[in-house]
Amino acid sequence: MTAPVSVQNATKTFGSFTALDDVSLDIKAGEFIVLLGPSGCGKTTLLSILGGFQSPTKGRVTIAGKDMTSVPPARRPTTTMFQDYALFPHMKLRDNVGFGLRMRGMAKTERDQKALGFLDLVGLKTSADKKPHELSGGQRQRVALARALAVDPDVLLLDEPLGALDLKLRRQMQDELKAIQKRVGTTFVHVTHDQEEAMAIADRIVVMNQGRIEDFGPPADIYMRPRSVFSAGFMGEVNFIPGTVKHRGDASALVHTALGGIDLPLKSFTVGAPSAGLKVTLCIRPEHFRRAGEAEGPVASLGEAKVTGSAFFGTHYRCHLKPSPAPDLSIVAHMPQSADVADGQIVPLAVNLADIVALPGSGS
Amino acid sequence: MSTMTLEDTERRKAWGFVAPALLWTVAFFVVPFLFMAAMSLWSRQSGQIIRVWNLDNYVAFFEKDSLFKGLTNSLEITLIVTVLSVLLAYPLAWIIAERVPKRFQRLALIMAVLPFWTSYVVRSYSWLLVLSRNGVINQALMTLGLVREPLEIASNRTATVIGFVHFFVMLLTLTIYANLIQLSPNYRRAAADLGANALQTFWHVILPLTLPGIMTGAFLTFVLCIGDYVTPQILGGNNELVLPQIIMLQLGRRADFPMAAALSIILMLAVTVAYVLCARWLKIERA
Amino acid sequence: MRDMLTKVASFAYAGLIYGFIFLPVAVLVLFSFQDGRLPVPPFNGFSLQWYEAVFADRKLMAALANSFVVAIVSSLIACLLGFLAAYALARYKLPGSALQRGLLIAPMTVSYLIIALGLLTVLNAFGIKLSLWTVGIGHVVINLPLCFAIIYSSMGDHHINIERAARDLGANDVQVMALVTAPMLMPSILAAFFLSVTFSWDEFIIAFLLSRFDVTLPVEIWSLLRSGLNPKTNAIGSLVFLVSVAVLAVLELTLFGKTKKS
Repeated sequence: MTAPVSVQNATKTFGSFTALDDVSLDIKAGEFIVLLGPSGCGKTTLLSILGGFQSPTKGRVTIAGKDMTSVPPARRPTTTMFQDYALFPHMKLRDNVGFGLRMRGMAKTERDQKALGFLDLVGLKTSADKKPHELSGGQRQRVALARALAVDPDVLLLDEPLGALDLKLRRQMQDELKAIQKRVGTTFVHVTHDQEEAMAIADRIVVMNQGRIEDFGPPADIYMRPRSVFSAGFMGEVNFIPGTVKHRGDASALVHTALGGIDLPLKSFTVGAPSAGLKVTLCIRPEHFRRAGEAEGPVASLGEAKVTGSAFFGTHYRCHLKPSPAPDLSIVAHMPQSADVADGQIVPLAVNLADIVALPGSGS
Repeated sequence: MSTMTLEDTERRKAWGFVAPALLWTVAFFVVPFLFMAAMSLWSRQSGQIIRVWNLDNYVAFFEKDSLFKGLTNSLEITLIVTVLSVLLAYPLAWIIAERVPKRFQRLALIMAVLPFWTSYVVRSYSWLLVLSRNGVINQALMTLGLVREPLEIASNRTATVIGFVHFFVMLLTLTIYANLIQLSPNYRRAAADLGANALQTFWHVILPLTLPGIMTGAFLTFVLCIGDYVTPQILGGNNELVLPQIIMLQLGRRADFPMAAALSIILMLAVTVAYVLCARWLKIERA
Repeated sequence: MRDMLTKVASFAYAGLIYGFIFLPVAVLVLFSFQDGRLPVPPFNGFSLQWYEAVFADRKLMAALANSFVVAIVSSLIACLLGFLAAYALARYKLPGSALQRGLLIAPMTVSYLIIALGLLTVLNAFGIKLSLWTVGIGHVVINLPLCFAIIYSSMGDHHINIERAARDLGANDVQVMALVTAPMLMPSILAAFFLSVTFSWDEFIIAFLLSRFDVTLPVEIWSLLRSGLNPKTNAIGSLVFLVSVAVLAVLELTLFGKTKKS
């Protein structure tokens, strides 16, 4: 069925290496959660702790309110879809999918029927008598999904299941996973290092780095309003501009940067309230730059910048610019498809205030 | 002067490289085999080989009890040895693959195979030492008061079986271990995840997936065992002779090459039949 | 609790099987030091007389040397022929290559007794005298398939471009094979050589049937067996065993170190 999952202060150490550092997470029943991060960030460790294949050095895991921290995989209401699918090569698909049901003591006719039902859900009903080696990678993955869902788990854990597929197939499977999850309503926890994939399928994304949670929220929130420098950089290209808060007013704070002073509304500060003297990093995404004068709404003017290089990307030009007031800085900006871009051009830059996020610290 | 293409020169070279090995195999394996096949259809009378084509040797095999029994003894002993060796080796292979910490597995495996490095002849002799009337086992049993008279366990079928099983347990431990160790750990995890306990995981998943390793080892055991002369000769006594011993008898006393050849062909046929029965397991199926 | 039980059971079973495996060898080695005439209990005391007897036995020492020579020479030939054949079949498209491969591997499926018998028949027919040479020929027959199979299966496609590069830089075929291919495949070539030496060294039936006056060690030990249970046999057996183990240990330490580096 479905259930909420809660992780409380989970830490996992291997000798001197800390894989998870005091991680806490609350997942609602029926959510599609994606654990996102680079290799070694702890996402796979967290997943295997949820699945019961490892237990945390410290901390608790509860599923549907019950403490599951030391419960083995067989007795948890979770099933895992492994990265290499782990389909039993000597069994037909029908028996693969029905395996969990057989372990629960279901009679043959009943479990065959149920297995066929789940194979139908993933579109492979006609292949029920085939063996895994007769299928393609994408098909095997669907069988693995059917097998995991057949036992009606509360939580389905997916360990980078789409990594081995080519781009087109991956996009297709992302849509299918999303559709199936909506149909069965089970809580899905999906691990990936691909931020595009995360944004395509997640209800909420957990951005992880070096054993800690950097950010947690719906894709749009994380992309537009990141709460850590790492998260901002991982979710897509971003320009980091260091600055200092000069003084703070009721509705805004003045931030001094190498490109001039910017009067930022307080809601631009996603982590805590600004105070005078606070060092901040401004995050501006390449697609948010505008020519001064062409932008609408409250705008920050960033002075002039010279184009030092550009490449045509189909939907836009990706340009490198060197700002005149701060020649040490390098800015990446997207210019419209129709623009007349040339090296050496001087462009007056501006950004909508709503598109700037200010994060504490002078992170790189 | 015809011009040779690049491919032609290349092919010429390739033939040159592979020719020595091919020639050696044909000259010293294929031709001797054909000679032997021909020889089996001749007969020996009064010290001479009569080159008249006939099936006398084969007929004699089916008619003479002493000859036919050789095959039945061989088959019985080989089957017992194969089954026993598999049953004893599998748990050991499993223990080394599953219970021994990874960094000691290589050592454990080497230890299980070390006695392999005594000479084959010497190893069978060693069993004679152990099983003979005044050997270690009998002395131990008598000192402990478990028996009053020494047991006759050397120079009979039991000793032969023990000698064979000793060797093949080592061989099968290797093949089964190799199979076990390359199973993805995710199979076990998936089975556990879906609710299987340790016994169920073993029965439904691990055992079927190690069947290729078992069958390969068993087939190897069958082939090596049925064609072996040394162990039965040293440990078997003179009563129930196996086919290789009978073949050697034809050579020794009576220099009856035709008969020896015919019996060898029959031995080969037995192996071929075994191969055909096991063929589907001997193909490597990728998971 | 269940876990504890399986641990104890596993330990007990492993102990029993290891005991079974080592029993004959332990008895062999122990009674090679027997101060007495029979290599059976009771163990009278520690004596090196039987080892002295072994070294004093000229025939035995000659057989030892013969085994060594036959093993090395036949394995060298088997490796060379196997390497050339593997190179030809892996790198070039020859007609009937599947058949050729099958033919080269065929001797592995035939009992040694039958191979020996076949060769004996032919040698008799042509009036060729039996000697260590004929034994060597037989040993190449049994080891060539092994060398071929091991080396062939290790010639991966990713090696082709390295050889092409060498050719591109001007190397001829022999140079490519000797200076590029062989070094790349050294682990498999060494493995094939080592296995061939082991099989040849220990081989009995071919050596027995195809030799006459000069024999190899297993054949000489066989004649020793006529004198029944004799500590001298223990001594030579233990000697062979201990030397083999020592060689294995050395190889393990050096080769194992090599594989770690690559």
